[in-house]
Amino acid sequence: MNPYPDLHQNSPLLEGLGEANQKVIEVRDLVKKFGNFVANDHLNFDVYKGEIFGFLGANGAGKTTAMKILCGLSAPTSGKVKVAGFDIYKETEKVKRNIGYMSQKFSLYEDLTIAENIRFYSGIYGIKPAERKEKMEKLLKNLDIESARDSLIGSLPLGWKQKLAFSVAIFHDPKIVFLDEPTGGVDPITRRKFWDLIYEASDRGITVFVTTHYMDEAEYCNRVSIMNEGRIEALDTPENLKQKYGAKNMDEVFLKIARNKE
Amino acid sequence: MMIIFLLPVVQLLLFGKVINTDIQNSRIAILDLSHDNTTREIIAKLVSSGYFVLGEELHPGDDVEDVFRQGKVKMVVTFGPEFEQNLERDGKANVQLLADASDPNTARILTSYASGIINDYVKKEKLQNIQLPNQINTEVRMLYNEGLKSVYMFVPGIMAMILMLISAMMTSISISKEKELGTMEVLLASPLKPIQIVLGKVTPYLLLSFINALTIILIGVFFFGVPIRGSFVFLMSESFLFILMALSLGILISTVAPNQMVAMFISVLALMLPTILLSGFMFPIENMPLPLRILSHAMPPRWFIVIIKNIMLKGTGILFVWKETLILIFMTVVFIGLSIKNFKIRLE
Amino acid sequence: MKTIFYVIQKEFIQVKRNKTMLRMIIMIPMMQMLILVFAATYDLKNVDIFLVDKDLSSTSRELASKLEASPFFTINNSSFNPEEGEKELLRNNDDMVLVIPQGFERNLIREDKACLQLLVNAIDGQAAQLGYSYAASVIRDFNKNIIAEWKGLPEFNPPYQINAVSRFWYNSELEYKWYMAPGVLAILVTLIGLFLSGMSLVKEKEQGTIEQLNVTPIRKIQFLVGKLIPFVVIALFDLSFGLVIAKVVFSLPIVGNLGLVFGFSILYLLGILGLGLFISTVADTQQQVMFVTYFFMMIFILMGGIFTPVDSMPHWAQLMNEANPVFHFMKVMRMVVLKGSNFGDLIHEFVALCILGFTFLSLALIRYRKTA
Repeated sequence: MNPYPDLHQNSPLLEGLGEANQKVIEVRDLVKKFGNFVANDHLNFDVYKGEIFGFLGANGAGKTTAMKILCGLSAPTSGKVKVAGFDIYKETEKVKRNIGYMSQKFSLYEDLTIAENIRFYSGIYGIKPAERKEKMEKLLKNLDIESARDSLIGSLPLGWKQKLAFSVAIFHDPKIVFLDEPTGGVDPITRRKFWDLIYEASDRGITVFVTTHYMDEAEYCNRVSIMNEGRIEALDTPENLKQKYGAKNMDEVFLKIARNKE
Repeated sequence: MMIIFLLPVVQLLLFGKVINTDIQNSRIAILDLSHDNTTREIIAKLVSSGYFVLGEELHPGDDVEDVFRQGKVKMVVTFGPEFEQNLERDGKANVQLLADASDPNTARILTSYASGIINDYVKKEKLQNIQLPNQINTEVRMLYNEGLKSVYMFVPGIMAMILMLISAMMTSISISKEKELGTMEVLLASPLKPIQIVLGKVTPYLLLSFINALTIILIGVFFFGVPIRGSFVFLMSESFLFILMALSLGILISTVAPNQMVAMFISVLALMLPTILLSGFMFPIENMPLPLRILSHAMPPRWFIVIIKNIMLKGTGILFVWKETLILIFMTVVFIGLSIKNFKIRLE
Repeated sequence: MKTIFYVIQKEFIQVKRNKTMLRMIIMIPMMQMLILVFAATYDLKNVDIFLVDKDLSSTSRELASKLEASPFFTINNSSFNPEEGEKELLRNNDDMVLVIPQGFERNLIREDKACLQLLVNAIDGQAAQLGYSYAASVIRDFNKNIIAEWKGLPEFNPPYQINAVSRFWYNSELEYKWYMAPGVLAILVTLIGLFLSGMSLVKEKEQGTIEQLNVTPIRKIQFLVGKLIPFVVIALFDLSFGLVIAKVVFSLPIVGNLGLVFGFSILYLLGILGLGLFISTVADTQQQVMFVTYFFMMIFILMGGIFTPVDSMPHWAQLMNEANPVFHFMKVMRMVVLKGSNFGDLIHEFVALCILGFTFLSLALIRYRKTA
């Protein structure tokens, strides 16, 4: 009675490395306009299975807009978008079964406990109670917060909330998880720990699509795209980008791209 | 934002046109077992009065209860058999007024109007040429509102209500929203003095409320013909005092409420309900049970409504409302004092 | 179906955790039943009279004592100067001034005719009219008595007389509280329903959780139904609570079928909650919801005929009321509770509430989009 058969049959854990070049996101000529303002100007890119794809840019560059379209939260003005093999226009609900999402705005219920939040979201994805309990125990142990199981989310420190939000976003083993500036407002150590979680997910075969404006985080990604004023200005591995622009680190790459524009 | 300007206008129009307790065109049923000239004349008199329309003609054997239960008519007028003969022969006949008293107020008014019309008929048609002994005539003068219009009653009340709503409720909610979002702390950390911050927050609402007060008065005067018999300047100054009182109450609520939700809750419970119910706006205070009458003294709108009614309808000056004015001033001072006290505690 | 269960569970936990909400759920019915019902009364209990007796005869004194003996009137002050009386009206100390002119008794005997003057503060037109009609009937009775007394008759009746015998059904004592209580119950259900549903969706918007839900495969209808059911339960709880208070405190007679009351309440609630959710989908902040809800409540309740009879409204207002759910529901509540009307008597209201409920729910469903 699994309502989402395709989800579990294609569980990333079962797949061989041979499929690593499989495209999980395909974007062609994506345009999003708000009135006269062009937020996304003909975006083209692919994201491959299992990679950590960084979406970089200053605030207002159009990162969040693009991500919302990929998640099915917002409809594009024109262009072709496929996520997890499904068309974003026609098969929005199928897309949603295969993705996880963590927004900038904090997205767990502050007035529910950790266990209640997990129960609620699992319920929506149709995860059976037995499976949920097992996975929850593992998760709590992994994050070392077993004692806080029945604490209200609102009472937890921000770093914990972010880790939990991420864990809940991938609780149903999606193919892709979208993270919209997941580490805003926390110290570098907490951020580093958060990235450990991202690597773990990636190791499980979950594709990670992450927006950020912290350039040090860009170094952690397999590939990054740099957006400026609604356009993708560069897209490659961090190594290649540094070479191409003759820069020591991603910060310089970004500054050079921004300067070239002016 | 639009709604703030729209609200008073819509409410006033609504109250003025729709909310009225005057009886007109009430549906009645007739059960006439006599069908003679007198009963026909009386029925014609009832219908031509404008208070009643004939909803249904009943026949012997019809179930009156059914008619009431379906809510088709409000009153059934029953004439017994041989009505005219009885009246001519014995000088006396009975008519039964059966009212649906599930609305007791309407029932009472309908029966009293109907019996008034019937009495009047007897006086004019039957007793016309007969000199009765020792008659007392009562001459009545309805002062301040000859037409007995309900609008006269509602305009001051609506004004109090809207001003309370805009001034107290909006201020309390908007300040507690800043607190909730944390922007208040930013302001407090700035070199601005607390009093400057509060004044900055309050001034727009002060202006808004004043404009609203003016709008309400203008609509009342030009659209509904409510007079301003007293001094316009005095009326506006009293309104200004009331607005100040409401704003300070709003600030006080926001110093107590931790978030928007609570501010709303207090506003609705502590401001709106009492303003509508315990201020004499719709229901006369004298008729309420003692605890509510005592409670009503603590309701600022109660005093304001007395003041406006006095100025607008009775045309009196400060001599007749100094007590109410002093109470409002006293309340304002108390609210401001308490707010300052709460504010200081919070800062320490 | 299971998804709906999880949404319901979540909503209940959230209500349970929210102290303000819990307090509202308990306090509002009590406040409304105890304050609204007691305060909202047109019953006339006490009219203060300022007496100007310039006649000072035994007849005038007898008239004054007749008025004083009536439960409605109190003679508060007296003077020989009518202007004093008018001043008291201006000061709001008295409600009417009765002037008995000099020579009242003499005129009554010699010329068979005498005049009284009654000055009424008519700012509250309804109370003025009622007060005057009570005074007039006391005076009329007094008149009859003195004629009989002076003529030495046991009773005086004019040669022609039609007695209008009034009988009041369903509420023979004209207990105003019985009229208000079912109406207040209707307000109660409306208030709770609109507030809870209006706030709920907007709260998720403000906290950002709505976005999280929108990326899940949950269906719109599952989410909305899951949100509706807890509110229906809470509102019905409040309705029962209100009914108990009405029964215990006002000994409200409940003539009709309680099943009918609850059945109609559920039907009504579906519409009201639909409206609340609709408002919630349009608004962005709790403050906006608050104002829009207040606005709707105000219009619905005032037009719906809780305080003033719908029959007295202009024709256009009566037509508009067909689209006012409160109007239909209030009618149902009063008809069933006070008169024991059965389903057959309420077909019109049933159809109207079905149409309105369907419309509001569809609006909410259409307006709530998972994809912007």
